[in-house]
Amino acid sequence: MSVTNGSASQVVGVVPLPRSVPTQISRSDRVYRGGAKAIGLSTLLVLVLIGVFLLIKGYPALRSQGLGFLTNTGWQTHPTAHGPPVFGVRTALIGTVVVSLLALVIALPVSLGSALFISEYAPPWMKSPATALVDLLAAVPSIIYGLWGFAYLSGHMTGLARWLSVHLAFIPIFHTTTPLYTSSQFIAGTVVGLMVVPIITSIAREVFSLAPLAEREAAMALGASRATVIRRVVLPFGRGGLIGAVMLGLGRAMGETIAVAIILSLSFSNPAHILQSGGTTIASLIAIENGSGGKTLGLAALMAAGLVLFIFTLLVNLAASRVVNRSRSAAAVEL
Amino acid sequence: MTDTTLLAPPPIPVPEPEEPAAPPVPRRSRDLRTEDVGVLIGSALAAVAAVWLVFYQLTLLSGAFGFVVCTVALFLVLYWSVNLQLHGRLVASDRLLSVAVGLGAMSLAIPLAFMMGFLVVKGWHLLSAHLFVEDLKGVPVIPVAGVNKTGGLAHAIVGTLEQVGIAALFGVPAGVMTAVFLHEVGGRFTRTVRTVVTAMSGLPSIMAGLFIYTIWVIGISRHIPFVQSYSGLAGAMALAILLVPSITRTTEEVLKVVPGGLREASMALGAPQWRTVWSVVLPTARTGILTAVVLGIARAVGETAPLLFTIFGNTVMNADPLHGPQESLPLFIWSNVKSSYPARINLAYTAALVLVIIVLFLFTLARVLGGTRGTGRVRSSKKRQVAT
Repeated sequence: MSVTNGSASQVVGVVPLPRSVPTQISRSDRVYRGGAKAIGLSTLLVLVLIGVFLLIKGYPALRSQGLGFLTNTGWQTHPTAHGPPVFGVRTALIGTVVVSLLALVIALPVSLGSALFISEYAPPWMKSPATALVDLLAAVPSIIYGLWGFAYLSGHMTGLARWLSVHLAFIPIFHTTTPLYTSSQFIAGTVVGLMVVPIITSIAREVFSLAPLAEREAAMALGASRATVIRRVVLPFGRGGLIGAVMLGLGRAMGETIAVAIILSLSFSNPAHILQSGGTTIASLIAIENGSGGKTLGLAALMAAGLVLFIFTLLVNLAASRVVNRSRSAAAVEL
Repeated sequence: MTDTTLLAPPPIPVPEPEEPAAPPVPRRSRDLRTEDVGVLIGSALAAVAAVWLVFYQLTLLSGAFGFVVCTVALFLVLYWSVNLQLHGRLVASDRLLSVAVGLGAMSLAIPLAFMMGFLVVKGWHLLSAHLFVEDLKGVPVIPVAGVNKTGGLAHAIVGTLEQVGIAALFGVPAGVMTAVFLHEVGGRFTRTVRTVVTAMSGLPSIMAGLFIYTIWVIGISRHIPFVQSYSGLAGAMALAILLVPSITRTTEEVLKVVPGGLREASMALGAPQWRTVWSVVLPTARTGILTAVVLGIARAVGETAPLLFTIFGNTVMNADPLHGPQESLPLFIWSNVKSSYPARINLAYTAALVLVIIVLFLFTLARVLGGTRGTGRVRSSKKRQVAT
């Protein structure tokens, strides 16, 4: 400022020189940019550190079990009279997959319906409250879901579980060995499914609402019914985003800890019998065994299990966000 | 209305000699006549009746869940086949989809209503004022003659508030700054950081607890004289790790909506970049950022898993977040709901009710702060502008 004023008063009558625009970033800006970048990169650092620390702290367990850590059942982290500690995440890994797939089976129809309802069917005044409801469902703490599933829903689901296991026992997954139907993976999966619904719904709704207006209107002008518009315009456009949303939901379901830990009674046998009481997932195993640190391999075993879960969820989440982003940008280009 | 105006005959300048012809009845694409409502209600009733008969009278099944599932399935089949008989395949599939979508949306709201009702029924009778001033000091787990105390949740509530408060102290600036880095500063690492933030927002929350446990509780904190291993501070750090990605993602969406003209105007006045962000961009995005922060905090309040490894839990008041184990509401629920003492289980339900009320309050606050402006709506209105 002062420079331009000075030059203007010195050379009166001459056309003032244009103010020189500094191309170099000022020192204060350099500090600001550096600070923002440092904080931004610190999230990267935290993520890397989580992985590194899990690996370091879990290494003793991995070394003691080798590849058996992935294939052993049971969780014997103390040496016993019968031999050295034997433990592995096979049961928990299968349980994680079973519970999260079950959750998706429950969540997919509900969230597809809800997302289509909000984006296609709901009258304009209803869209905002319905979206708020979805957000609210996502904000309800997982311990509340778990508590409700454990104390309320479980009692209302055992009837169905019993019927399935008695009459459809010829289907392998419905087979049970003991008639105990509470605290099963079936109930845990249902509750986790309810928790995943808002995540899938909110992304699917957004992707559906990005379906191009011109094509919708063109289809309607050709006399297409609303079902046809949805089947031929909205769903094809949203397919990529929907797949991504489901994968994000899968990632969330795999990492769900507290609700599963409350509902599922810890057991290391029969992960294939979904209707029967007992089972475990990696996350709930870590939560339940959290007191078992100390001198033995207990803590290292938990860290190693955490590492397995970390890698799995990270891969699923990265793939999901890539799919979602690609579908978003594709829709934008098409518009 | 629009249909009528579109289909109305063009105005004719010459006055009509005779009585004007009746205007054509506009075709309406979604007419719901009385008989359609009848079909809907009829098939619903038929489904309920048939499933009730089979479920409870013939096969002696039990359980409300199975009943509802079977009824819904039968209702869809009935509704489709009746419409197929009456109107043909096209209309039938259209209506089937409408009803299925409506049912999907309904099954979104119903669990929430049940959950809230369940918590209120289970938890309200212990809800009283001294819940908020007492802890569990000297409260027996089983009824003891002469000791008439139900105990309170003050220690858990204070713990939750302190942990979440400290987490917000760290997490909110970090989250907002990360968003500013992603959207205002940019540079080589933007894509990496954005991917990392997305990945972290989907990370199982127990990972944050494990991480702080290894790095702080059994790591650094042992070498620092004035803090202790398990503490509210450790819990707050774990919560902050979860808070940052959620705040960053929402804040970045908000920053995208700030008009570029404002930034350029500020730059043209000679303001440095930090001044532009601090005095123009952030104030413009204030309500959106506040919403993001409050929503993030609402999520953090209910987190249990990251606290398992970090605050340890306590039964008496510990208001010092730096020293010693603390309690929090979610952890209190977790450690008491499966206890073998009914008194503690009841208290856990009340704690759940208190927790839900806090979350609901924060959520409503976020909605009020943010107004009706959601990112989805901004997008769709923009799209409409483009399209027209």
